[in-house]
Amino acid sequence: MASFKPTKIPIYPKLGEKVTPDTLYWKNYKAPVQIKEFGAVTSIDFSPLAPHNYAVTASTRIHIYGPFSQEPVKTFTRFKDTAYSGKFRSDGQLLVAGCEDSVVRLFDVSGKVALRVFKGHTKGVHVTDFTSDCYHILTGSDDYTCRLWDIPNSTELTSYKEHTDYIRCGTTSKLNRDIFITGSYDHTLRVFDARVEKSVMTMDHSQPVESVLLYPSEGLLVSSGGRYVKVWDLLKGGQPLVSLKNHHKTVTCLGLSSNGQRLLSASLDRHVKIYNTTNYKVVHNFDYAASILSLALAPDDESIVVGMTNGVLSIKHRKSPEEKQEVAGKQRVRPVYRVFVKGRNYVPKKDDFFVSKPVKSHLAKYDKQLKRFNISKALDTALENRKPDITVAVMKELDRRGTLKNALAGRDEQNLSQLLNFLIGNVVDPRFTPVLVTATEMILDIYQAVVGQSSVVDRQLVRLQELVEREIDYQQDLLEVLGMLDTLFATSLPRKEVPCPGSSRPNGLIPTLSH
Amino acid sequence: MVAHAEIRVVHRGGSKINFREPVITNDSRFLLCASGESVKVYSSSSEECVHDLQGHTDLVSGIARNPSNHLQVYSCSADGTVRLWDFTDGILIKTFIIGYPIYSIYVSEKHGGVVFVVVPMANDKSSELFQLVAVHLPRSGDQEVEARELSAVLCDVSPSPGAASFGREGEYVAAAKGLQLEVFFFKKQKPYRFFLKPGIKKGSKNAFTCVSCHPKEDCIATGHADGKIRLWRNFNQKKEYTYSTLHWHHGAVNTLQFTPEGTNLLSGGIESVLVQWRYTQENQKDFLPRLGAAITHIAVSPDGSLFCTSHSDNKITIIQSCVKVSAIIQGLVKSEGVRTDLMIDPRSKALVLNGKPGHLQFYSLHRDKQLYNLDIVQQEYINEEGLDQFEVVKAAFDAHGDWLATVEERRQKGSELEINLKLWAYDEQTQSFVLNTTVTAPHEDQITAMCFSPSPETTMLVTISFDGHFKAWLLADHSDTKEGASWSCDFVGGYHLLKPGCCCFSADGSLLAVGFQEVVTVWSPSSWELLTTLSQPPGAIRDLCFGRLSCSKYLLGTSTKNQLCCWNILTCSLEWSTPMDVSLLQADPLSENIAAFCSQSGCSDLFVFKPGEPRPLYSQRALCTGKVQHAIFAPRDQMLESCEEHAQWLNRSQLYFLTQHMDLMTFSTKTEEDRLLASSKRLMVDNSVAVTPFYLLLGKHRLQQQQQQQEALTNPMAERIQLPQGSIAIKELLYTPAHVLPSASFLCSMFVRSLLISSSSAREEKEPVEEEMESEEEDSEGEAELRDARQDLEGSAAWGPGEELGTPALTKAQERELRRVKHFDHSWLSSLLEC
Repeated sequence: MASFKPTKIPIYPKLGEKVTPDTLYWKNYKAPVQIKEFGAVTSIDFSPLAPHNYAVTASTRIHIYGPFSQEPVKTFTRFKDTAYSGKFRSDGQLLVAGCEDSVVRLFDVSGKVALRVFKGHTKGVHVTDFTSDCYHILTGSDDYTCRLWDIPNSTELTSYKEHTDYIRCGTTSKLNRDIFITGSYDHTLRVFDARVEKSVMTMDHSQPVESVLLYPSEGLLVSSGGRYVKVWDLLKGGQPLVSLKNHHKTVTCLGLSSNGQRLLSASLDRHVKIYNTTNYKVVHNFDYAASILSLALAPDDESIVVGMTNGVLSIKHRKSPEEKQEVAGKQRVRPVYRVFVKGRNYVPKKDDFFVSKPVKSHLAKYDKQLKRFNISKALDTALENRKPDITVAVMKELDRRGTLKNALAGRDEQNLSQLLNFLIGNVVDPRFTPVLVTATEMILDIYQAVVGQSSVVDRQLVRLQELVEREIDYQQDLLEVLGMLDTLFATSLPRKEVPCPGSSRPNGLIPTLSH
Repeated sequence: MVAHAEIRVVHRGGSKINFREPVITNDSRFLLCASGESVKVYSSSSEECVHDLQGHTDLVSGIARNPSNHLQVYSCSADGTVRLWDFTDGILIKTFIIGYPIYSIYVSEKHGGVVFVVVPMANDKSSELFQLVAVHLPRSGDQEVEARELSAVLCDVSPSPGAASFGREGEYVAAAKGLQLEVFFFKKQKPYRFFLKPGIKKGSKNAFTCVSCHPKEDCIATGHADGKIRLWRNFNQKKEYTYSTLHWHHGAVNTLQFTPEGTNLLSGGIESVLVQWRYTQENQKDFLPRLGAAITHIAVSPDGSLFCTSHSDNKITIIQSCVKVSAIIQGLVKSEGVRTDLMIDPRSKALVLNGKPGHLQFYSLHRDKQLYNLDIVQQEYINEEGLDQFEVVKAAFDAHGDWLATVEERRQKGSELEINLKLWAYDEQTQSFVLNTTVTAPHEDQITAMCFSPSPETTMLVTISFDGHFKAWLLADHSDTKEGASWSCDFVGGYHLLKPGCCCFSADGSLLAVGFQEVVTVWSPSSWELLTTLSQPPGAIRDLCFGRLSCSKYLLGTSTKNQLCCWNILTCSLEWSTPMDVSLLQADPLSENIAAFCSQSGCSDLFVFKPGEPRPLYSQRALCTGKVQHAIFAPRDQMLESCEEHAQWLNRSQLYFLTQHMDLMTFSTKTEEDRLLASSKRLMVDNSVAVTPFYLLLGKHRLQQQQQQQEALTNPMAERIQLPQGSIAIKELLYTPAHVLPSASFLCSMFVRSLLISSSSAREEKEPVEEEMESEEEDSEGEAELRDARQDLEGSAAWGPGEELGTPALTKAQERELRRVKHFDHSWLSSLLEC
């Protein structure tokens, strides 16, 4: 005797992204922690030292947060105007920050008052950084100059005045204490050597440059500006390697994952895109609530911190493996051990009569109803289900049994409006249309006599009609486009003469091809 | 053409086993069912066919147990005979010749020596009226007896065996036909008739379908066309009869049966649910649902421990009385049309075709047994008339049997055609096919043909549809995601919006030929480039077939305008063509041969030929009536070594075909039949004696004894070897475990005897060795004398000088000994002669 075969729920091909190791990796973050700052978050920098605190520059303050704290560990408030670019030194002891009031301040991380104050710029300083020998500071300002300062003496060492617009980004080489790169709104990227008077390399980004990033190997440079992210090969004299256009608004910030295999770009279009650095294809995408100004990744990708224009700082922490198990354990209360071993280790005695117990099969609610031929109830249970594919599968099964009409008939106003709601929601879904169109026709056939008796149902019927009309127009447009494309493809295909044997029939036409 | 007597067309397996109600033997060990012209005996526990009782010359129409001997059954047939069989040994005991075609048989314990059969009223076969007659079986020792003593019991009965039943202790018989129930009491010799109204109103159909009588009480249960069951009581009077109605079935009640004690009533119908009603408590029912197909017959074993149901899909289910299925005997399922065509599974070499609705059946041709059913549709089967079901319409295997592609289709009135293409991967672990990919609506219209590419590099499927396109499907590996390999569409092709009808890959998979009505297009599957077109109007292309092996450069095509064409692919030109109405072209995968079935004036002819040769290898006219639509070459287990030229094409593979009446036929050669006969004989001899340790010990010893006795009688020389042979028995005694040895008293005498030196040889020992040096002359003289003596003694010349001459390689010592023995024997025998 065969057992009841449950209704087959068809598996529809998943549209959108496929499950790759990348999506699994980047999805393995907890829900973000949101912290409200006083203004737009312009810069985030992680401390290279162990607890990996991070400095968040927003408005006139710099907050330092611990890795898991939601309250700032420390706050620097001695800014007269908007602060910019709070950066840690490679030993994690000092922090430098620029300010709209053109003064650059250097703080001890444990102190409160500025250790040094560098004055010399004439306009707001948006770029600050330490050189790799830890004794100098690089600054870039809206007065079109970038300067190097000596920390012990707090004196200006050199000043470069080659850019012709605001300098809004820059970075120092981690391998060479004399090399640094700046990007400016004059569309150029310049590589400077402190030992030389002038810039040693210039690259044209052709958009105002918002952010620059050096690869750990420092052979490649990434710049972002406008909608573009460009990669330059420094070893080949600044040759452009690749230009990526995956955002539809200005790309404001760049980041690199800890193993250097993935490049992250954040944009005003509220997306963070992750690229594979071998083929520069987008492998993952994060969505945020507001335009993103700054982005930073903790060492080992432990957390992703994003600052937005509305002053919200969003922190995503990576799920630890133990935590994952814990969550799974919480969801299901496991039966105790003896439940599993109960009766399993019983050895039958010699004279025991063995009665085999049939294996109980578990059926879904709608399948139980279908098994009993309770068709209306089966449809009701299926409609209660949140997943439309299950509901549609049950409808299809009823149609196959020839009882869909019976199941749809005999419903009161509330039931009918529930049914119509479902149809309105799903009838134009190409996966469900074939089944639901039949069902819709049946409903109209059955209930045409009662049209006009209930305002709720009437309103829904009108909505359904509008929806169907709109869909028909849409499909017509699509067919037109398809026809145009076919013409284009047909003309672009090379005409090829097909060899024709004998003289029985002339044949010079190409075969119709469609993909 | 030459008629080839050596090649015969024979029926091969797949006979119907659900034609009549099966019979369970008294001990419930065997199950007998009518199967075509024979009666098959199945073991009820192992489902194996034990005997095939052959003897009838027409359809067997009924089986009944012999009430006086529980090891015998009666069978009746349309050939006008009733035969009595011993089913345990499979022996025909007696044949009773009735002379009229018999439609069913009944026996009753109270009527000894009488069987009741249903025969036509008039003598001619075309008569529509039937009568139930009692046949007195004459007691005679002959094998064949004429039973002419017929007495009519009831006139105008239904020929269906379920429409009559014998009541309590054989006192009456109830028969139903149309709207009339007739009860005949044997004591009163009086029939009572009860009528029902037609009742066409309210949708009820009152016509009787089956009758069953309660074995202990006066109660008759009748089944009706509208699904009702009526229980009739008090029917021994005209007026005051009563009946109660039970209703569960929604279709007609096909069969009814009371259990032997009358406690339960079993009923079955199209719902394929066995319903068990408690007698007198009819609202209590037990159900055994989902038995697979409509129930046509129910049988109950005499002790009530087993039920068995026959189903419309050629299946017998054996059910234990606790309503649990214990065994299923499944024959070849024959639905109305084999829409999938015949196929051979490359792995199991089983024949694959449509089976139950929504299933593919794998049928072993060598064992004549269904191997398994593969559920393709995977949906609950709803038994209801007029319901459009999913049907498996196409199936294809790839070259190694790793992939199976199936197409299922459901056409509903007023709505779109639903098509699903399913691809199944063979799973080594479960040894069956597992669903890999389902493609809903792969084409917009019916799929007309489908084939896998035979090339070993790619796994490619091509489907051809009426929507004017053909599609190529490729197995794509998604190694970057978690999903395994699945199939996706690779190419969509068409030709001038013509409807394609057939497709074929060349033997190496480098070319694909697709027939678009009158035009054959040849494509390269690697680049999807149209290489060439071939056309031979008029007439649309019906079938395409590439040659194999040495003939792979030829492409054969048949057209609707009775043309068989052969193109040479290398020159792209027509090689030859012949006017021939070919209904089917089939290529042998193991050779160059191609079989073409042609229909001509209502008959089918077969031609077997090689595309490159002008003369056909084999041809047979009037193979069978009607068109042959399905045929397949099945590879043989062992190659035949037939040397006749016209039979060589059957050496590597065997050609099976389905006739219009869905009979599975094949071609059989003489050598093959000889081999079959020989193997069956050998099997019988081997099985005659059971091999037990006891047999090994005693049987061998007895055999030896017999041999020794014979030898001793014929050849006195054998006395010499007696001692070492005896020692084998001793050794065997010593090494055999004590508990399997026969009793000590028996063994003792044997043991002692084997140790004893027989008196003659003892005497021989005493003889001095003087006579060694006797002359050759004396020897020969003595020999001659001895010969005379032996002839006198036994009257047979079993021993002669020739035997002695046959052993020339004797050593000197042996020779000497031999001479001495001869001498001794001579003296002894002569002394015997003297006295």
